[in-house]
Amino acid sequence: MTMFLTIAVIVLIFVVIFQIAKASEYVAVLKGAETSRKQNNKINGFLMLAFLVLGLIGVWYCNKELYGKTLLPHGSASVEGERVDSMLWVTLALTGLVFILTQVLLFWFAYKYQEKENRKAHFFPHSNTLELIWTIIPAVTLTILVVIGLRNWFLFTGEPPKNAMVVEVTGRQFNWMYRYPGKDGTFGKKYFRNIDDANNNPLGLLWDDAMGHDDVVAQTMYLVKGRPVKLIIGSRDVVHDVGLPQFRMKMDAVPGTPTTLWFTPKYTTKEMREITGNPNFVYELSCDQMCGNGHYSMKGSIEVVDQEEFDVWMAKQKSAYLTAFPDKDPANAKPAADSTKTAAAKTEATAVKSTAKM
Amino acid sequence: MSNEAVVHAHPGLAHEVHGDHHEHHHHETFITKYVFSQDHKMIAKQFLITGMVWAVLGGLMSVLFRLQLGYPDATFPWLEDILGKWAKGGRISDSAYYALVTTHGTVLVFFVLTAGLSGTFANFLIPLQVGARDMASPFMNMLSYWFFFIASVVMLSSLFVETGPFSGGWTAYPPLSALGSASPGSKTGMDLWLIAMALFVVSSLLGGLNYIATILNMRTKGMSMTRLPLTIWALFFTAVLGVLSFPVLLSGFILLIFDRNFGTSFYLSDIFVSGVGALPNEGGSAILYQHLFWFLGHPEVYIILLPAMGMVSEILSINSRKPIFGYMAMVGSLFAIAILAFLVWAHHMFVTGLNPFLGSVFVLLTLLIAVPSAIKVFNWLTTLWRGNIRFTPGMMFAIGFVSLFISGGLTGIWLGNSALDIHLHDTYFVIAHFHIVMGVASMFGMFAGVYHWYPKMYGRYLNNTLGYIHFWVTIAGAYMIFWPMHYQGLAGMPRRYYDYSNWESFKQFVELNRFISTVAMIVFAVQILFLFNFFYSIFKGRKVTSQNPWGATTLEWTAPIRPGHGNWTGEIPEVHRWAYDYGKDGKDFIPQTTPVGSDESEHH
Repeated sequence: MTMFLTIAVIVLIFVVIFQIAKASEYVAVLKGAETSRKQNNKINGFLMLAFLVLGLIGVWYCNKELYGKTLLPHGSASVEGERVDSMLWVTLALTGLVFILTQVLLFWFAYKYQEKENRKAHFFPHSNTLELIWTIIPAVTLTILVVIGLRNWFLFTGEPPKNAMVVEVTGRQFNWMYRYPGKDGTFGKKYFRNIDDANNNPLGLLWDDAMGHDDVVAQTMYLVKGRPVKLIIGSRDVVHDVGLPQFRMKMDAVPGTPTTLWFTPKYTTKEMREITGNPNFVYELSCDQMCGNGHYSMKGSIEVVDQEEFDVWMAKQKSAYLTAFPDKDPANAKPAADSTKTAAAKTEATAVKSTAKM
Repeated sequence: MSNEAVVHAHPGLAHEVHGDHHEHHHHETFITKYVFSQDHKMIAKQFLITGMVWAVLGGLMSVLFRLQLGYPDATFPWLEDILGKWAKGGRISDSAYYALVTTHGTVLVFFVLTAGLSGTFANFLIPLQVGARDMASPFMNMLSYWFFFIASVVMLSSLFVETGPFSGGWTAYPPLSALGSASPGSKTGMDLWLIAMALFVVSSLLGGLNYIATILNMRTKGMSMTRLPLTIWALFFTAVLGVLSFPVLLSGFILLIFDRNFGTSFYLSDIFVSGVGALPNEGGSAILYQHLFWFLGHPEVYIILLPAMGMVSEILSINSRKPIFGYMAMVGSLFAIAILAFLVWAHHMFVTGLNPFLGSVFVLLTLLIAVPSAIKVFNWLTTLWRGNIRFTPGMMFAIGFVSLFISGGLTGIWLGNSALDIHLHDTYFVIAHFHIVMGVASMFGMFAGVYHWYPKMYGRYLNNTLGYIHFWVTIAGAYMIFWPMHYQGLAGMPRRYYDYSNWESFKQFVELNRFISTVAMIVFAVQILFLFNFFYSIFKGRKVTSQNPWGATTLEWTAPIRPGHGNWTGEIPEVHRWAYDYGKDGKDFIPQTTPVGSDESEHH
C-alpha cells in the first residue's frame, strides 16, 4: 500500500513539473519567443554564479563533515606511508589550486559573458603565446609530481632493509592465512596440489622438506613495531588483494605469481587505540580485489606489538608440521596412530611425484 | 487548447517543414525505414534509443545496489516481489548485489557510453557535417546496429539464467571469471556475457571502420581535414582507437572462452578451489588477461570521452558566438590523447606486482596525458571568455561537462602516480574519479549533443524548462553523489563491498551512504523526466521553423529541417572556410558554405 502511495506521489510530482514546463512554453509564445529566451538566459546566468558559490561552500562543508572520518587526521601507521601522505598533500595543494582557479573562471565567465544586447563576442581564434603558457606550466608541475612519485615508488617496490622479518600471506575465498619461516628463517617448499584442508595443510606444504618443519601458520598476523616486514603474497584460488589502509599499502595476491610488499609499522595496536581514540581499533587487512560473492567479508586482522610481546607470542605457536602430525610432537609423545602414518606416506609420495615433475 | 495549437500559432512558418526532400523517391516500407534502415540518421536514432533503454536499466541497477549500501539493515518487501530469490526477505543478496554492480558497469561503459554515445553521434553527425549523403557503407552501418542489438539481447538474457548473470566485476578478471566453481555468476551467465561482448566488438568494428572510411573519403568539395568541425575530429580519433584496440579485447575474451570451455591454461595456474580441489591447469598467467583487457580498457575511456569533448567544443563555440579557441591545438591535443591512450594501460595494474621499472614508465606517460587535457580545458575557458553566451540546454550541459572534466581529471593526477595509487587503488576514490571524469562527464556530453541536435533529428525542440530542471538537478546531484566518495576513498574504503558494517575501519559512513543513495534516486528520477521530455517532444514538441535555429556554421544546418535519405536536396554544398567563423568582421556567423570575401580580415 505504501508502495502504491509512493508511486502515486512520484507520478503526481512528475505531472506537476511537466505541466509547469508546458505552461512555460505557452508563456513563451505569448510573450514572444525572443523575450522569454532572454529572460531564461538571465536566470541561468545568475544560477551559474549561484552554483559556483554554493558549490564552493559545499566543498568546504563536505570537508568539515568528513575529514575526521578519513585516515588523514592520524597520519600513517607505517614509516613508508608517511611519504604517501606527504605526497598526497603536495598533490592536493597543486590540484586543489587548479581546481579552484578553473572552476571559478568557468562559472564566472559563464555569468560575466552571458548574452547582452550591446555585447559583441570578441573574435579570438588563437594565440600561440597562451597555448605555450598552458602547455609548459602543466608540464613542469607534472614533472615535479612525477619525480616525487617515482622516488617513493622505487623505495616502496625496492628491497626492504636487511633486518626485515618475512611473512607469507595467502588469500583464499574468503580469508587470509599467514606463514612465518620459523627459527631457521627459511620457508619450506609448497606445492598447490598438496593442499589438503582436511589434514591441516591448507597451504600445500611439502612435509619432506625439513626447512618447512618449523614454519608457523597463523590466523592473525603479528608484526613488530619499528621492524620492517616483507610480505610475500600469494593466492590459492582467484586474484585477491592485500589492502592495508592504515599502512598506506596494497598489493594483489595472484595465483601462480608471488608478489611482495614491505613496510615498517610505526605504532602498536594499543598505541593506535589511543591515537584514534577508538577502543575497538584493529588493523584490518581488507581484500581490495573483487574475488567472489564473499568478497566483502574477506577480512584479516593484524596485531602490531613490541618485540618482547612478539617473542612470547611466537614461542606459543605450534609449527604447521606438528599441527599436521601431532604424533611427531615431543610435547605429546604418544604412539603414532596408523592413519597419520599412511597420510604422511601418501603426501610424501605426491611430493616426490611433484618434484620429479619439476 | 492543445499544446500543438498554442505552440504553433505562428502564422506562415510551418510550411517548409513538410516541403523538404522530394529528391530521393525510392519506395520505403515500414521495415526498410524504421527497422532495417540504411539511413545513417535512422541508425543513429536506433543507437540512441537502444542506448537509452540500457541507460534506464543500468541506472535502475545502480539505484537497487545503492539501496543496499544506503539502507543495509532495512528490508523492502517489494524487492522480493520483483527479484524473487535474489532478494529473499526484501534484502538484496550478496550474489545479486555483485551481479547488479557488474552488469551496471558493463552496460554503462559499453552499451550506453560507447554504442549509445559514439554510435549515435558518429552516425548522425559524420555524413551531415562532412557533407556526404550517407556512410561509406550504409549496409555495414546497418549491420553494426544489428550486431549491437543482438549483443543487447544476449546480455539481457543473461539476467534471467538460473545461476544469475556474471558477477565478477565489469573487468572480468580471471580466474574468478574463468571458474564457475569459484562463483555461481561465472557459470552460464559468464558465457552469455562473453558472447554478448564478442558481438559488441563486432558491432564496434563495423561501425568504426565505416566512420573512418567516411571521414577520410567522403568529405564534400572544399572540406579539407583542417576545416572539419571538432566533432568530426573527435569522432575520427574515437573510431581509430576502437578499431585498433577492440580486437585486442576480443583476443583476450577468446582466450578466456578457451580457458573456460576447452581446458586451456592461458590465464590459469596453481589453483585450488575449495570444494573442488586442485585444478589441472599450470603455466598460465592471470595477469596476461589484465594486460589484454586494459589495452582496450584504457583507450575505451577515451572512446567514451572524445566524442563528448568534440561535441562540447562545438556547442561551446556556437553558443558563445565565438570561434573555438586554438582549433589546431584542440586537434593536436585530441591526437596526443589518442596516441597516449595506447601507452598507459598498465596504470590500472600498478598493484599487480608489475615490474617497478615498467610501472615508472607508465607513471610518466599517464601524467603526460594531463598536458593535452589541460590544453583543452584552458581552450574551452578561453572560448567562453568575452563571448556572448546563450544558455541553451545544450550549452548548459557543455559547461557542466567542462566542470566535471576538471574535477574528475585532476584526481587522475593522484591515481596516475603509482606511489599514491598504492594507497588509493580500488577504493571509493577511484569510483569518484572515474564516475565524474568518464561517466557523468560523458553523459553530460551526450545530453549536450541530444539537446543541441534534437531539432535536426526530429524537426522539433525539446522542452527548455524541463531541460533546465534536468541540468541543474543532475549536476548538483552528480557532485553530491561522487564528491563525498573521495573522502570514503581517503578512509581506505574498498570498492565492491556488499556490506561495511563488520569493518571497524570503514563503518563510519552509514549516514553518508544513506545520503548518497537518496540523492542517486532523485537524480535517477530526473533522468526519467528527461526521457519523458524526449519521447513527448518527438510528437508534441515545438516545431523547428528555421533551417538554422542556433545560427551555426556547419553543414548539417544547410540541409532541410527534416532531411530525407541523402540529406540534401540537389547538390551537396561546397565548403569554403573552417567551421568557426563566429563574430568575425562584425558578422554574427559565416556559414562554411559562404565563399571567402575579398574584404575578410584573416582566413582559415
